[in-house]
Amino acid sequence: MRTHPLVTRNAPVVTIVAVLIVVWYVGAVLMNLSLVRGGFEREESPYTTMELLEGTMSAERPLLPAPHQVVGAFIDGVFGYAPTAPRSLVYHSVVTLSATLLGFALGALLGIVLALAIVHSRVLERSLMPWIICSQMVPILALAPIFIVVLGAIGLQGLLPKSIISAYLSFFPVTIGMVKGFTSPDPMQMDLMRTWSATSRQVLSKLRWPWAVPYLFASLKVAITISLIGAIVAELPTGAEAGIGARLLAGSYYGQTIQIWSALVAAAVLASGLIAIVSYAERKVAQRMGARA
Amino acid sequence: MPRPAGLIGPEGLAGLRDPLVEPVRMNSTADVEPHIYQSTVTRPVAVDVSKVSLTFDTADGKVEALSNVDLQIGGGEFVSFIGPSGCGKTTLLRVIADLQQPSSGTVTVNGMSAEQARLGRNYGYVFQAPALFPWRSIEANLKLPLELMGFSPTEQKQRAARYLELVNLIGFERKFPWQLSGGMQQRVSIARALSFDPELLLMDEPFGALDEIVRDHLNEQLLQLWAKTRKTVLFVTHSIPEAVFLSTRIVVMSPRPGRITDVIDCNFPRDRTLEIRETPEFMAIAQRVRTGLRAGHSYDE
Repeated sequence: MRTHPLVTRNAPVVTIVAVLIVVWYVGAVLMNLSLVRGGFEREESPYTTMELLEGTMSAERPLLPAPHQVVGAFIDGVFGYAPTAPRSLVYHSVVTLSATLLGFALGALLGIVLALAIVHSRVLERSLMPWIICSQMVPILALAPIFIVVLGAIGLQGLLPKSIISAYLSFFPVTIGMVKGFTSPDPMQMDLMRTWSATSRQVLSKLRWPWAVPYLFASLKVAITISLIGAIVAELPTGAEAGIGARLLAGSYYGQTIQIWSALVAAAVLASGLIAIVSYAERKVAQRMGARA
Repeated sequence: MPRPAGLIGPEGLAGLRDPLVEPVRMNSTADVEPHIYQSTVTRPVAVDVSKVSLTFDTADGKVEALSNVDLQIGGGEFVSFIGPSGCGKTTLLRVIADLQQPSSGTVTVNGMSAEQARLGRNYGYVFQAPALFPWRSIEANLKLPLELMGFSPTEQKQRAARYLELVNLIGFERKFPWQLSGGMQQRVSIARALSFDPELLLMDEPFGALDEIVRDHLNEQLLQLWAKTRKTVLFVTHSIPEAVFLSTRIVVMSPRPGRITDVIDCNFPRDRTLEIRETPEFMAIAQRVRTGLRAGHSYDE
């Protein structure tokens, strides 16, 4: 029997997703069972097993919402309200996305500048590198409130403090990747540049930069996802009114598990979209740089 | 440092100078009789290596890569360096190119110190591998040194076209390096080394990674190129037939310490073809190179 190529290609993914959904439903039933049973017993109303099962999948505040509840809440959050309404997931996503993108841009820039400094000076390498590594050993959850409070005290509020936390996380992979990239040219090519008595600026622009491009995109993919995480984490300590982080926080305050999960789905969709954009840029650049098709 | 516009093209250089054999000064530690050749100098000395030694500090102690090497190469010569691994032939070429500094002794290239010559872009260097820049098209690869040296865009384009023609690669301008065979890539790297019209061409086993057939073919092309452009060529090789076929002079080197053990004249006509490899004269020179290599080589290691 011959299968359609589309089936062959997608079958593994579909299978895994199906298995996950089944596991999720089973988990939802098991985790919500005592909750729902308790509800029936409190009301002292008789119930059948079927009603019990249905109850586990339609509870208002389940321990673990069933997939269809999460999807329903997500779709409702995206399409059910005007994009500017405070209950719209689009609104919150845009708030978080703007902080993410600004933070990502700042972080990528800082990462590249640090990498350039490190590559061009051994003294800087020795003095900067330990601090750069240390900076990532402190949990961001502990740092974020301090940042927000300190920046708030000097009058910085809203977008910028969140972006700074995003940048703080996202510069690191870019620095590490670009140091590797800038130092990766073939020694023979370095020798060639020397025989042409190229200036160090020429070596940078004609040899080191092009060599570093694949490393750049690899680190940008890491950077943009942790940028998003940084922005969400930064929304938590302030009890911000808007943003995916704010939705998560509000959801956990009021036990709105479905809201938490739909906000998580929104974050995942956002992250996938961001990665897809970076990957697209990577492909386009690779094509222009003569990569094999 | 941009070179003056309107340089004579490679074909324009032909006939300006005569091929000749330069005298050689030899000062070797080997027990081979030194050969002093009669000087018929009409072109200035291109490369003068005088009492050059170079010692590397390695984990296993000091390694004498070059020991008291003396050599003079005249303009327009084609000099091959041959010897077993570790005899310092590549190191010597790198010292001449100022890619490595000697521990003692002096190197003069076109009357300048090796460093001045490098800064003045007096030589083109061809490595074992083509070392093309993979993100640049063939044409852009050829233009790279010209960009660095500040040639005008029109001049860059003209030169790229001219030198691609010289190595028979017209039509491949838009291709990327991975789309070319190894031999074609190495021809691009030779064109690139010539593109800014240096007097001197330094080649470090340029055909070492290629198969015999391609190698023969490129050897013939290189000879034609040399005859056309009248460059001075310094050529490192492992292959005796290659050295004898290409050279006006063969420098035989031996290891531990790296030194010159013999310098052999090899004056076949400039328009030699591969057929000369069957002649007794060719065999005789090849035999002498082989003897020289054996003398400097201790097999009991």
